[in-house]
Amino acid sequence: MEKTKYTKQFLILSVLLIILFFLNISFGSVSIPFKAIFNSIFGGNITKESWETIVIHFRVPKAIIAVLVGSGLSICGLLMQTLFKNPLAGPFVLGISSGASLGVALLILGSSLFGGFFLTNTVSNWSLPMAASFGAILVLSAVITAANKVRNTMSILIIGLMFGSLTAAVISVLTYFSEATQIQQYLFWSFGSLGNLSWSEITVFAIIYSIGLIGTLFVIKPLNSFLLGEDYAKSLGINVKRSRHIILLITSILTGVITAFSGPIAFIGLAVPHIARMLFSSSNHKILLPAVAIIGALVLLICDSIAQLPTSEFTLPINAITSLFGAPIVIWLLVRKKKIFV
Amino acid sequence: MGENGIGKSTLLRTLSKVQKPLSGTIFIHQKNIEKITEKALSKQVSLVLTARLPESQLTVYELIALGRQPYTNWIDKLSPVDIEKIATAIRQTEIEHLINNRFYELSDGQLQRVLIARALAQDTEMIILDEPTAHLDMHQTLKIFSLLKKLVATTQKTIIISSHEVNLAIQLADEIILLTPNTLLTGTPKKLMETNAFDTLFPKELVNFNKTLQQFVIIKS
Repeated sequence: MEKTKYTKQFLILSVLLIILFFLNISFGSVSIPFKAIFNSIFGGNITKESWETIVIHFRVPKAIIAVLVGSGLSICGLLMQTLFKNPLAGPFVLGISSGASLGVALLILGSSLFGGFFLTNTVSNWSLPMAASFGAILVLSAVITAANKVRNTMSILIIGLMFGSLTAAVISVLTYFSEATQIQQYLFWSFGSLGNLSWSEITVFAIIYSIGLIGTLFVIKPLNSFLLGEDYAKSLGINVKRSRHIILLITSILTGVITAFSGPIAFIGLAVPHIARMLFSSSNHKILLPAVAIIGALVLLICDSIAQLPTSEFTLPINAITSLFGAPIVIWLLVRKKKIFV
Repeated sequence: MGENGIGKSTLLRTLSKVQKPLSGTIFIHQKNIEKITEKALSKQVSLVLTARLPESQLTVYELIALGRQPYTNWIDKLSPVDIEKIATAIRQTEIEHLINNRFYELSDGQLQRVLIARALAQDTEMIILDEPTAHLDMHQTLKIFSLLKKLVATTQKTIIISSHEVNLAIQLADEIILLTPNTLLTGTPKKLMETNAFDTLFPKELVNFNKTLQQFVIIKS
């Protein structure tokens, strides 16, 4: 019953996803004919070698990252909204993003403060993700330790927000004592970026992402029982505490790796679950989870394509685009539908 | 039964292991409830609570199907047995016409029947309901009580409810537990009436238990 009902939506979304994936690859500062793009991916004859390099080493990785980041953040948003029974929750409520920001801020801004502590002032490809992950894990473990002492999920939410404020304050202090060039460098990281990742980085990204994704399959059942509230979940034989920990762990792994590699990308995690619930008018996680993943990938591919501004030389910060185009859409959807759900 | 704040909900929540006992131990079939895993207990005791459900777009059918979670596999796939049990629960509570609705569209009375159906689908010996008629008008209250009475007769389940519907409980219950500030009185309604147990339920200034009418009456000054 439930499968046939949603097949059409899933089919349309999947086709859209494939189309947008290739459309995204065809956009960029260098205009490349579609045929050349197709050939460079599937190994045909290419008239210019530079085209192949651009496609294989820049555009395809970026499109793949967009799919991973978009779907990953959206899944995290869905998990958090169901866990906290709060439609405003998102992947960043647990202080993960602020933790990552703190790590990066310490690396970039703190280097002038602590001088020799960091060996060089130059920030390599790997040190940023490392610092971000380290910060995320640090703040998150603080949040989870605090969360273990409280029973109420709402308190965990507030504790997460408080840690967010704390780290933001520390970053402000760091910024105050930093030089303009370093502040600029930090600011660029906080704009978010899907590009500039090598294939080896993508492999690491994809492996961690897959671990998180497999984990979510195992929490579909507890998530559905959480729709009735934790008391009912418990009476249905669900180990509420363990499920909550697994959900928090999955979210931190996914959000942590995403933030580490592409910066704090706003809006997607909060908004996509709402879009999915409206399109599918369901709260069943067996339907929502794949829906949210596909829509999340779609939305970020669209945002990235807009950020490229076809045929223009500039690339706008992805973080600005997600909010600039996404927020009005969600407002419009909510005003039209009037009712929001968890 | 008992006055507000006496601990009816606390007792029921403790019996169903939703919260830890303040003191003492609970046994189901001579087995300490603390030693029964949540999974095993979920096949013995099901719940209907008073608290409002979090807002979601679950359909009535999906909501009832959640009652099968103790029996489904890791991905929560419904087996033919599960589907059969759900159908039986829907039939017993007479909500066939509602199953494709979203649960937030239902009236309080309909929702209560759906929640009872969910508990029935869980296929437990015991169903615990915390004030199942709290938000209902008299007609709906009577419908729920007669449904519960019918279920006890047809399914041989033990149904434990907390309620403020004293007059109805006296007529319909097989056994009543009266919680009073100092003691706990149990027995059939008849026996409790004979021992004037109901007089202890409320302070005497305002209401009085009238034995011939078998109900509480207001004292007119």
